[in-house]
Amino acid sequence: MKTSNKIKFSRRSFLQTSALASGGMLVGFNLFTACKEDVKPPVDLSLLDYNDFNAFIKISDEGKVTIFAPNPEIGQGVKTSMPMLIAEELDVAWDDVHVVQGKLDTENYSRQVAGGSGSLRHGWLPLRQTGATARQMLVNAAAAKWGVSASECKTDKGIITNANGDKLGYGEVVKEAAMLDVPEDVTLKDIKDFNIIGQDISNVDIDEIVTGKPLFGLDYKVDGMQYASVLRPPAFGQKLESFDDANARTVNGVNDVIKFGDKIAVLANSTWAAMKGKKALKASWTQDSKAENTAFHDETLIKLLDGNKFDTRRKDGDVKKAFAEADQVLERTYETPFVPHNCMEPMNFFANVTTNKIELVGPIQTPQSTAGRVARMLGRDVSEVTLEMTRMGGGFGRRLYGDFAMEAAEVSHLAKKPVKVVFSREDDMAAGIYRPAIKYRIAASIKDGKLTGYHLKEAAINGNMYGLIPNFFPAGAIENYQVDTANYKSNITTGAWRAPYTNVLASCEQSFFDEIAEAMGVDRIKLHMDLLDKVKGTTDERIQYSPERLQGVIKRVVKESNYGKEKDVHQGFAVYYCHNTHVAEVANIVMDNGVPVVKKVTVAVDCGVVVNPLGAKNQVVGGVIDGIGHSMYGELTFNDGVPQSNNYDSYQLIRMLQTPQVDVHFIENDIAPTGLGEPTLPPVGGAVANAIYKATGKRITKMPYMNNMDVEPVVG
Amino acid sequence: MPTFQLKINGVSHSVEADADTPLLWVLRDNLDLVGTKYGCGIAQCGACTVHVNGNATRSCSTPVANLQGMEITTIEGLSEYGDHPVQEAWKEIDVPQCGYCQSGQIMTASAFLENNANPSREEIRSAMHGNICRCASYNSIEKAVEVAAKKMN
Repeated sequence: MKTSNKIKFSRRSFLQTSALASGGMLVGFNLFTACKEDVKPPVDLSLLDYNDFNAFIKISDEGKVTIFAPNPEIGQGVKTSMPMLIAEELDVAWDDVHVVQGKLDTENYSRQVAGGSGSLRHGWLPLRQTGATARQMLVNAAAAKWGVSASECKTDKGIITNANGDKLGYGEVVKEAAMLDVPEDVTLKDIKDFNIIGQDISNVDIDEIVTGKPLFGLDYKVDGMQYASVLRPPAFGQKLESFDDANARTVNGVNDVIKFGDKIAVLANSTWAAMKGKKALKASWTQDSKAENTAFHDETLIKLLDGNKFDTRRKDGDVKKAFAEADQVLERTYETPFVPHNCMEPMNFFANVTTNKIELVGPIQTPQSTAGRVARMLGRDVSEVTLEMTRMGGGFGRRLYGDFAMEAAEVSHLAKKPVKVVFSREDDMAAGIYRPAIKYRIAASIKDGKLTGYHLKEAAINGNMYGLIPNFFPAGAIENYQVDTANYKSNITTGAWRAPYTNVLASCEQSFFDEIAEAMGVDRIKLHMDLLDKVKGTTDERIQYSPERLQGVIKRVVKESNYGKEKDVHQGFAVYYCHNTHVAEVANIVMDNGVPVVKKVTVAVDCGVVVNPLGAKNQVVGGVIDGIGHSMYGELTFNDGVPQSNNYDSYQLIRMLQTPQVDVHFIENDIAPTGLGEPTLPPVGGAVANAIYKATGKRITKMPYMNNMDVEPVVG
Repeated sequence: MPTFQLKINGVSHSVEADADTPLLWVLRDNLDLVGTKYGCGIAQCGACTVHVNGNATRSCSTPVANLQGMEITTIEGLSEYGDHPVQEAWKEIDVPQCGYCQSGQIMTASAFLENNANPSREEIRSAMHGNICRCASYNSIEKAVEVAAKKMN
């Protein structure tokens, strides 16, 4: 897709403008949706109604621009990068732009979700169109003032000029511009004319972050608010039988104890008192459904892989036949554990449920659906709900689920008070919605030196792979190819975890490809390049990866990492496409007393236009190190339905001394951008496993690697 | 409830709290100094790091009763204008992703640099090992501490 487009709007334009009573021009627009037909932005900022538009740009009399950024910020940088798209086409200096997190809710949002690395991809055209349209209106106003044609006027950093040498700042024409009709044709900039896109722009909240300003959900408070600590069933599958709150009520600062469903909330004046009160509760529980443990999960998933009850997700040719005719068949079983999200900011949410409104505030990736669920739970109309998003101390998928907001709303409703539910770290880890335990069995057939068949079976707790994922590479590259899935329905809650569905799949497959290449006696890189050649020109619409772009990242990473030529280190390679982005990685490891130490990872990424290289690099490096951490150390086991780790003395997150240097290379092109929050994570476990094989001669097939090698597990 | 006299960021505060209340919650809930973060409650993640008499201290595991007469500094008091060399370095390198752990990282780094003006990369890595960053901004943290050390000299 080229980036230079002449865009024509329908008569029912997607934005409207008005002059502000306090001076300046307000542009209201809807991201990714058409707005209602006959609404206007308000003339007073205090009347901003996000029902009419979900985002606004204010251009003041002084030419300063305020962008009310609509998407939740979980650390992936969209609060910075999305406004960059608007500012680019508006043609203002970034220093004159101020970004404010919009108070966002309402049924009008089609994409008020942070997740799936999609924010930039979806915003690329609409956000630029918005900026370009506002710019055109300012130019039209100046042209009318000067009595010249708009086409003779130019803009640069918020200044409009004409051929006569006249100059007007945006602020000087906002009043007139606000009265004009919204133009139906605007021209977007050519990529070579970008001034902001492609520049290193710091996180817009950085001053507040480094000085400790209240930004996060946990920092939010109002007068009279009760802190609530909630006792939940200690094991999955349990229900509350009875409880005794006599001791809890004697704790200083505790004001109330409220049972709701199978949970008990202790309400107090402070977080500490609420937590102490919870510890003083006595409760007995009954096991309502099976108390599961890790050995049972292992056995169950292996049985599923051994069995024949699968859903076939993609089938090309005939793998059975290919395997029967093969010279050699390889087969491996890969095992991956449950892992919790472990956002550094534990789950929390504020709710104030009163007779005429429901106020919700907190860190959430899915404001719209959560507002709806709260309304339904309380039997109220969704129009009574306002939901204000705070900055989020990490998401990784956990904050897609509104369970904590539902708890806050229910407790506030019962207590008739404003309440903030605060999870302790132990609550956060033990009441998780985990990445499910998954096992893969992958088999490949080789005949006459060629890879003729590939059969992947997945067995997952509660299910994993779906949709187009079975069509990712190597689908399309191997004549006989089949992907089958099976699952066991558990009472342990599972869900999306950073780079959902492919986060461990990619590592397992990329590890297996190393074995295939070895068995075939071909170079690992050549094997991939040849397979990708076969996909070129495919007419299969399910294949969304680009073989050319995958080859591009492979070539780049091989060059930058000096793959196969580095001395004194063991190098492992992996390549993958997911979340619309193409990534290749090489991990360099050394062995230290039998312990693999990842020293460096080289990454080549093709995510199209890199909107904010500084933020993009942060995402890539973070994804790689996170992927290493979880494949090396991350594991949550269960005994009788109880998670066996609940804090950082028994659960290892990667720490400084375990981190490699990550060397990032972006492929330069003018393809519309895709996201970076996720796609660098999935392959890295494969790159590390392949490097470990080179170092030790052992194929490591079970995550986390450190718990499945002959070394001491790491904590701390 | 007993009353404690705490000197925080150069200002004396009279705080009513149970003696076992961790400094973290006094800062956050009693004094609205919410820059100090709760991460684990057991001194394992470093999100709650403050300075007590200049030493990096986990406020989540330090009872308020132990702190009378001591000089406590939180992220809000690290510098008057947010321009401590460590804060400046954090901005220059654009360290934060979600940002939640960063006040603890900054407090650990600033106490460390007071005691070691010319640290090696390995010393920096060891000094910062106790602070978890779930977004894994470790490469940037490492670099920013190095930049801050230069600024402080």
